[in-house]
Amino acid sequence: MGAITLKNVRKTFGETEVIPGVDLTIEDGEFVVFVGPSGCGKSTLLRLIAGLEDVTSGQILIDGRDVTGEAPARRGLAMVFQSYALYPHMSVRRNIAFPLKMAGMPQAEQEKRVARAAEILNLGPYLDRRPGQLSGGQRQRVAIGRAIVREPSAFLFDEPLSNLDAALRVNMRVEISELHNNLKTTMVYVTHDQVEAMTMADKIVVLRAGRIEQVGSPLDLYHKPVNQFVAGFIGSPNMNFLGGATAARRGAHVIGIRPEDWVISRTEGRVKGKVTVAEHLGSDTYLHITLEDGNHIVARSPGEFPVTVGEELFLTGAEGRIYKFDEQGLAV
Amino acid sequence: MATLHQRSLARLMVAPSVVLLFLWMIVPLGMTLWFSFQRYNLLMPGMEEFTGLGNYRYFLSDPGFWISLQNTLIMVGGILAITVIGGIAIAILIDQPIFGQGYVRILVIAPFFVMPTVSALVWKNMFMNPVNGLLGQVSRAFGAQPVDWLSQYPLFSIIVIVSWQWLPFATLIFLTSLQSLDSEQVEAAEMDGAGIWARFTNLTLPHMGRAITVVILIETIFLLSVFAEILVTTNGGPGYQTTTLTYLVYTQALLQFDVGGASAGGIIAVILANIVAFFLMRMIGKTLD
Ligand SMILES: Nc1ncnc2c1ncn2[C@@H]1O[C@H](COP(=O)(O)OP(=O)(O)OP(=O)(O)O)[C@@H](O)[C@H]1O
Ligand SMILES: [Mg+2]
Repeated sequence: MGAITLKNVRKTFGETEVIPGVDLTIEDGEFVVFVGPSGCGKSTLLRLIAGLEDVTSGQILIDGRDVTGEAPARRGLAMVFQSYALYPHMSVRRNIAFPLKMAGMPQAEQEKRVARAAEILNLGPYLDRRPGQLSGGQRQRVAIGRAIVREPSAFLFDEPLSNLDAALRVNMRVEISELHNNLKTTMVYVTHDQVEAMTMADKIVVLRAGRIEQVGSPLDLYHKPVNQFVAGFIGSPNMNFLGGATAARRGAHVIGIRPEDWVISRTEGRVKGKVTVAEHLGSDTYLHITLEDGNHIVARSPGEFPVTVGEELFLTGAEGRIYKFDEQGLAV
Repeated sequence: MATLHQRSLARLMVAPSVVLLFLWMIVPLGMTLWFSFQRYNLLMPGMEEFTGLGNYRYFLSDPGFWISLQNTLIMVGGILAITVIGGIAIAILIDQPIFGQGYVRILVIAPFFVMPTVSALVWKNMFMNPVNGLLGQVSRAFGAQPVDWLSQYPLFSIIVIVSWQWLPFATLIFLTSLQSLDSEQVEAAEMDGAGIWARFTNLTLPHMGRAITVVILIETIFLLSVFAEILVTTNGGPGYQTTTLTYLVYTQALLQFDVGGASAGGIIAVILANIVAFFLMRMIGKTLD
C-alpha cells in the first residue's frame, strides 16, 4: 500500500518560500512524475515526502497515517538519489543488504532478498565488487536494488537517470517502467526531462516556482494544457507561440501550434517563411523557419523532407489543433 | 612530459635540487654512522679510535635502553590513541552548526601554535604543579590530597601535554574529512534506517579511514622525536620513567659527552623509525588504493 496525500504543504528556507502550498493526492500503485524547470522545487517536494526536510506547515499522509513528524526510516519509503549515494567502501552485496541489516532481518532472509533483487536487476556478476568498480548504469541498478529489497510502500526517485548517457537513459527508462509494472508499487519520480515524464508517467505533476500548474495523464497535458506554461513545457520540440495580429485574428492573445501540427507546402498556405536550419533525423525532419512577420517557429515533417536552407515554404496550422491563450496565459 | 627530449630536459633541471637534497641528508647520516664506530668522547679529545660495534653494544646494554624503548612506544601509542579518538570526537562536535562556530574552531586550533617548550611549562607550572597548579587547587577545593602529576604519573603527564598539542592537528584533518562526506550518502543511510551510531560506524568511520592513517603517519614521525616537553618538565625522570630514545641519545651526547655512543643510539633510533615507517606505509597502502 502506498497512497500519499499532501495537504497544504508549505516549505520555506529562512525567508525564501520554496513551496507556497501544495495539495496533491497520489493513489496506491501510481507512477507519478514531477516535472518543471530547474529550481522549481521538485527535489524539495520529494524530500519533504521522504522526510529528509521538515515541512513548514501542512500535513503529509501515507495510507491515511499522518507521517508529518516521523523520521524518514519510519515512513516505509525508499529513495534513489541522483548521485546514487552508494556506500563506497561496501561491496554491492552489502550495499543492497544494508537496509535489511539495519532493520535487523535474519541473515538467511537478507541473502534471499539480495539474491532476488540481483536477479531482477541483472546484478549477479557484480555482487562482490565495490561501487567504484561499476559503470554508471550498474551503479544506478544497485541503487534501485537497495531500494527494492526493503519492499517499501513507495519509491522516490530524484532525477535518477540524469548522470547517464542518452542510450543508457532510454534503457533504464524502460527498465524502471517494467519494474513498476512488475512490482505495482507507487513510484514518485522527479525529472526535468519531459520525454521521461511523457513515457513513464501515469500522472504528471507540472510544477512552476513551487506551485502545481496542472496534474493529469500525459496525453491530458499534451492535448488539454490549462495554460501557456504547461503547453510550452510538454511536447518536444516545444510548442510554437505566435502573438500579435495572427493571434488576434483568432480572438486570442497568443496562439500555440505544436511542431507536428503544421501543414507544410511549397505552393500555398496561410503564412510564408524562410528555412534557417533543417535537422534531418531520418524518421523526422525538423525545420526551423523564420516567418515573414519575424516570428521564429519549428515545424516537424514526418520522414524525409528534402529542403535547402533559405528556401521559402508555406505553412498552415492544422484546424482544430490550434491552442489559444488569453492575456494571463490561460487556455481559452 | 610527453617526449623523451622533454623528459631528459626535466631531469637536467631538477638535478641540482636533487643533488643538494641528497647531500643534505647523506652528509649528517654518514657522519653519524662514522662517529658511531668511533670511540669519541668530548672529555678525552685526541683519543678517538675505531671500536667497531663497541658503541652499539654499549648503547644496547645500557640499562636505560629497553626502558626508553618501552617508554617511547607507550608514549607514541598513547598520544596517537588520545589524539585520534579525541580528534574524531571534537571534529564531529565542532562540525555541528552552533553559535559562534568560527570562534570555537579558532580556539580549538590554537594550541597548535604554542611552542612545545612554552606549552610544557604552562602545563607544568600552571596545571600540574601540586601547590600552584589548577589541578592541585581543584583537588584541594574538594578536600583531596593534590596529585603531584609529574612525579607520580610522569609518563602519563607527558602524554597528556603532548596530546594537548597534537589534538588540534588531528581535529583539523578530521574536520576536513568529515566535511567531504557526501550528504546524500548520509541521507540514504538515514532512509535505510541507520541510527546515529550505525551511520558513524558504517559510513563516517570508513570514510575517515584515509584521514586517520594520514594523521597516524605524520604524528608518529614527529612524536618519535618529542624532546623539548621532556626536557623542560621531567628531565627524563624520575629515574628512567620518562626517558625516551631521543632523550637517551641526548643524555649520552650532551650529559656524558659520549659522541660515539650517542651516534650509535641515533643510528638505532633511525633503524627503529624506519621499521615503524615500513609498517605504517603498508597500512597506508591498504587504505589509500
Ligand atoms: N537547503 C536550502 N536552503 C535554501 N534554499 C534552498 C535549499 N534547498 C533548495 N533551496 C531552493 O529551493 C528552490 C528549489 O530547489 P529544488 O532543489 O527543489 O529545485 P529542483 O526543482 O529540484 O531543481 P533541479 O531541477 O535543478 O534539481 C531553489 O530555488 C533552491 O535555491
Ligand atoms: Mg532537483
